[in-house]
Amino acid sequence: MKNKLKVLRAERDMTQADLADSLAVSRQTINAIEKGKFDPSLPLAFKISKLFELPIEEIFHHHETE
Amino acid sequence: MKNEKKNKQIEKVTKILALWTLLWVVSLALATFGPKFLWNENTTWSILAIVINTAFGAGMIWANIKHLNVLDELQKKIQLDAMGIALGVGIVGGLSYSVTDIANVISSDAEIGFLVILISITYMIALLVGKKRYS
Repeated sequence: MKNKLKVLRAERDMTQADLADSLAVSRQTINAIEKGKFDPSLPLAFKISKLFELPIEEIFHHHETE
Repeated sequence: MKNEKKNKQIEKVTKILALWTLLWVVSLALATFGPKFLWNENTTWSILAIVINTAFGAGMIWANIKHLNVLDELQKKIQLDAMGIALGVGIVGGLSYSVTDIANVISSDAEIGFLVILISITYMIALLVGKKRYS
């Protein structure tokens, strides 16, 4: 699954640590999500969606080949 | 800051887990070596030492559950993956080791200590690999 987390974070001038703090997760988790190494749970995806005030499907994109 | 609070919480439960683990290890040593070196094979003392050791073991399991519950979802996944791999290697390796004893492939009796060492080393390696994979 691909995502726009890094772009959205950069647009808001947030560091990985800032975002991790806002979502109450570790910086390693944010880094792993941004790199596409880890897919967040649905509750975390909703938290991200709420934080950026965007629908989940605008942040996360599923690729059929995956 | 949410994460500062969370980090302090993780630090606290990790210390509690370390304390329970230490108590369990010390009580295990007492239950193992006590009968020979401390109370001259007295059954009552041995039973007491085993009961205390089991109680500390239960405390360690409870502390481990508490520790897992404060981790975030990726940290939890890394821990659970490592535990799953350690369990699998422990069962397969432990049974193979047991069969080598039953089939008299090895001259000495199979010792449970080797199984504990195998599980511990596998868990630590799997934990390091998991952390590296997601970094």
